[in-house]
Amino acid sequence: MKISPHWLRDFVDLTPSDRQIAEDLSRAGLAVEELSGEGSSTLFEMEIGTNRPDAMNHYGIAREAAAVYDLPLKSPAGENAAAGGNSPPQTATVEIDIADPEGCARYTAQLIEDIQIRPSPPFIADRLRLIDQRLINNAADASNYTLWEIGHPTHAFDLDLLAGGKIVVRRARAGELLTTLDGVERKLYPEDLIIADQNKPVALAGVMGGYDTMITDKTRNILIESAWFDPVAVRKTAKRHGLHTDASHRFERGADFAATPLACGLVTERILASGGGRLRGTLDAIARELDQAPVVLRIAQVHRLLGTKLPTHEVLSILKRLGFELVPEPVASPEFSVRIPTWRLDVEREIDLIEEIARLYGYDNFPNTLPSVRGVMIENPNLLKQRKLRSRLLSLGYNEGLSLSFIGHQDAETFSSAPVVEIANPLSDEASLMRSSLVPGMLAMMSYNLNRGTENIRLFEVGDLYQRSNGAVWERGAICLGATLSALRQGLPQGSVLDKSNAASDIDVFRALKGDIENLLSLFEHTSLAFDNQPPDYYDPTRSARVWMDGKQVAQFGPLHPEIALARKLRQKVFIAEIFTLELYAHGLREVLYRALPKFPGVERDFSFLFPESVSFEQMEGAVHAIGLAVLQSFQPVELFRGHSVPLDHYSILLRAKFQSWERTLREDEVGEYSRNIISALQGLGGIQRA
Amino acid sequence: MVALYKVPKLSDFSPQALDRHVAELLAAVEAEAAAVKTSDTRKAFRDRWLARKGGILTQVNEWLRSAPKDIKPEVGRRVNQLKLEVEKRVEFKAQQVGKAAPESSIDISLPGIRRPIGAEHPITRTMEEIVQVFARLGYSLVEGPIVESDYYNFEALNFPLDHPARDTQDTLFLANQEGKPARERLLLRTHTSPVQIRTMEKVGPPLRILAAGKVHRNDPPDASHSPMFHQIEGLAVDSDITFGDLKGTLDHAMKALFGSQVKTSFRPSFFPFTEPSAEMFVSCFICGGTGRRGEEPCRPCKRTGWIEILGCGMVDPNVFEFVKQRGYDPEKISAFAFGMGVDRIAMLKFGLDDLQLFFQGDLRFLEQFK
Repeated sequence: MKISPHWLRDFVDLTPSDRQIAEDLSRAGLAVEELSGEGSSTLFEMEIGTNRPDAMNHYGIAREAAAVYDLPLKSPAGENAAAGGNSPPQTATVEIDIADPEGCARYTAQLIEDIQIRPSPPFIADRLRLIDQRLINNAADASNYTLWEIGHPTHAFDLDLLAGGKIVVRRARAGELLTTLDGVERKLYPEDLIIADQNKPVALAGVMGGYDTMITDKTRNILIESAWFDPVAVRKTAKRHGLHTDASHRFERGADFAATPLACGLVTERILASGGGRLRGTLDAIARELDQAPVVLRIAQVHRLLGTKLPTHEVLSILKRLGFELVPEPVASPEFSVRIPTWRLDVEREIDLIEEIARLYGYDNFPNTLPSVRGVMIENPNLLKQRKLRSRLLSLGYNEGLSLSFIGHQDAETFSSAPVVEIANPLSDEASLMRSSLVPGMLAMMSYNLNRGTENIRLFEVGDLYQRSNGAVWERGAICLGATLSALRQGLPQGSVLDKSNAASDIDVFRALKGDIENLLSLFEHTSLAFDNQPPDYYDPTRSARVWMDGKQVAQFGPLHPEIALARKLRQKVFIAEIFTLELYAHGLREVLYRALPKFPGVERDFSFLFPESVSFEQMEGAVHAIGLAVLQSFQPVELFRGHSVPLDHYSILLRAKFQSWERTLREDEVGEYSRNIISALQGLGGIQRA
Repeated sequence: MVALYKVPKLSDFSPQALDRHVAELLAAVEAEAAAVKTSDTRKAFRDRWLARKGGILTQVNEWLRSAPKDIKPEVGRRVNQLKLEVEKRVEFKAQQVGKAAPESSIDISLPGIRRPIGAEHPITRTMEEIVQVFARLGYSLVEGPIVESDYYNFEALNFPLDHPARDTQDTLFLANQEGKPARERLLLRTHTSPVQIRTMEKVGPPLRILAAGKVHRNDPPDASHSPMFHQIEGLAVDSDITFGDLKGTLDHAMKALFGSQVKTSFRPSFFPFTEPSAEMFVSCFICGGTGRRGEEPCRPCKRTGWIEILGCGMVDPNVFEFVKQRGYDPEKISAFAFGMGVDRIAMLKFGLDDLQLFFQGDLRFLEQFK
């Protein structure tokens, strides 16, 4: 909102510099965001909160400035301005019928005859131009000038075009049409609050006038409307028609009930001054009084909430400067009954008064204090789990990314089967659903990087997933990892590569990602961790796995399905992993229990075997563990080999067992016995021991 | 050519004699070691002294065997010590030979091999820093849903239906809710404030809580807007919370976050759920409050020397009406609340001029935060 400090000085003799005024107003809550121009064309760009329609004009700001500086405030009313003042015989009349008192509490009107419609005089024109207002003609400009001067919206009708000499404030009837000033023909809703003449709607009340009754060059007689419309009625009408005007902005925030005659008079005065003519009638219909009950103010409450014992005279002085009237209540503790000025519809309660006191006293003048540390600590165990996972992901080399919470229908169908949560007013079709999978966002981030030449990508996102569930929305957490083939290859530690026949083969790349998943899951207490190869459709079915912790699925991972990768034009093979934190967080964090270190040396034995491709390491592990060797500490593959001397459909595997006793050094013959057991278990699976 | 050493047979086992023999042997190993130049001679040298069969050290065992019984322990001790000495010399020589040249220094200016480590997202990092400041003041971190009802997002926070204050929130609503009562309609929370109500419904006063998380609004993405962003909300309820406490707590928090030199200033503002309401400014931590950076105007604070950082206020008594059953009687308790935009603070802290960088996952950006 643009305010001219020069204009403010019409109402209050401000001596500080414009810059100082801007600063002081801001400190009192009337924020001057920017100051531009010089001298009499200096402008404040102000940001006035929705609760302060009274300050959305020059007089309102001047009123605040007068309170801030404790200066007298001059009335905007000229000699003959107020309606019903010194005026020629008033013979003309219209009938005002407020058929909807809820929607319209007061309707003041003045009738002007024989005026000339012409451009506004320089004084009015210059000021309106300064605050970026469009000039129309002396009648419309007078109304607009008054709006920016005292904040009350008014409207000028061509009186001769109002049928039946009648103004009716009512709700619209089904099927009624109104072409508004912007030239748009609008079908009215029965709830719309409108102004009508005897036959037809002529304005959307408090929002916009009608086209057919507007002031034109031909207009000779005018009706000035200055009414008080109900905030909710105006707001709803404006919203239904997608309109937001200077008038509706003020009415829907609450106009000054008492200002209707003043506004009407000011507009009339300005039209008469520029267009000649005569005031021929003043009407003021009050359908209902606005109930502004006095508010009780307890000084003790002021002290309790603000934390500073402001002297009572200071409190009273502030309120008086702001236009509040105070009557002491005859009780023991200092209490006052405070009458609220008509322009302050936002002040209804004691707390509202306390805010007025605090802001005029100056927020920065209250001393800073610290409250004691009290209240229960509310535990949030999942938070700790999330922090641990996050920090482990970082140490595994994954960068944290954040993607938007929205996805489109196609992605939702590809990456989840959950019933989707749709947004009524989405930003775009591609963002019309709340995400049911983190994978689309991850792929978008990876593709963004690949398209910019970044090849080694490791990313993770901690986010939420949404799905419909019995009419409600179910929200749950998830973590998604993304890595490119080159990043996984690069991260392969030399000693851990199994497949010696093929540098960085698929199996070792898969193991690199599997190891990351294992490192994450090992944070949690569990008795079993199982992997199967039944991933959802969007994974490569030959190289992906689902992970089950104690019988519940907690993760899945693998390369993206080649067809999806192709469709997305990903420039490199991309791996993803999803961790279902809801299921994972059902497990506690693993508690560490120290185990005594061994005092006796361990012994390692290697076994070189040839196996058919159909036998998995898991089977070997199972067969060896089934022997039940208490001293078997670990059983691990150390090398894989295919090709050359290895027959087709077979592979060679080097396995290493480590034996260790906590009681004694193992004897050579014992270890020999264990080894024979292992060899025969592996032979039982169809393995052939190699030399 | 050095005359090859031979292990003598001992007859005199007096300490003096033993000392002499030991010294001779050590001198011999030194002398022979000095002659070893190639890896071939190294092997021969090593075998001659250390081989299990017939090596010189094995021959030395003969000294022990032939020693009179009463001085065997003494001879044994000397022999063992001698063996260690010889092994040390031989192994050292073995290591030296075969290297092209004596140890030359390495080029320490070559770049280190950096194992990949991930970078925490700047928003998470900023959020975590703020959370930690308040955690130390006894605030518990609580959570709430992102898909909220109208009741929690608006009504219970004193945003009546059809109130203009709702316009400022640009709410995203869920589809297909026409049949539902207004207060049950679901939307994407526009702020983290609903968590205040949800927590107060569950826990009575006194209370110190913090809620951090995602919020959404119908703002098309550009350099300073995003339909998704992050907020941190704080609430302190007690029998004696004052406006001074609000100011003091936030002043402390800002000093903890931005350095003890920053100043805070509070200006009146409007939020439906607080009264009195304030906007808090901190003295610009980029230009130090001067409004200028050298000759250039300071952009983040628009030359004012102050940066608006958060909204706050004393909790409006109307809000307590919704949780009165839980012991929140505005006549007996008071509270302050504050809420800040994490993304904006992160932008200021790290000097970003484009909010979108946060949500693209561009590693060239993210890896700067390692």
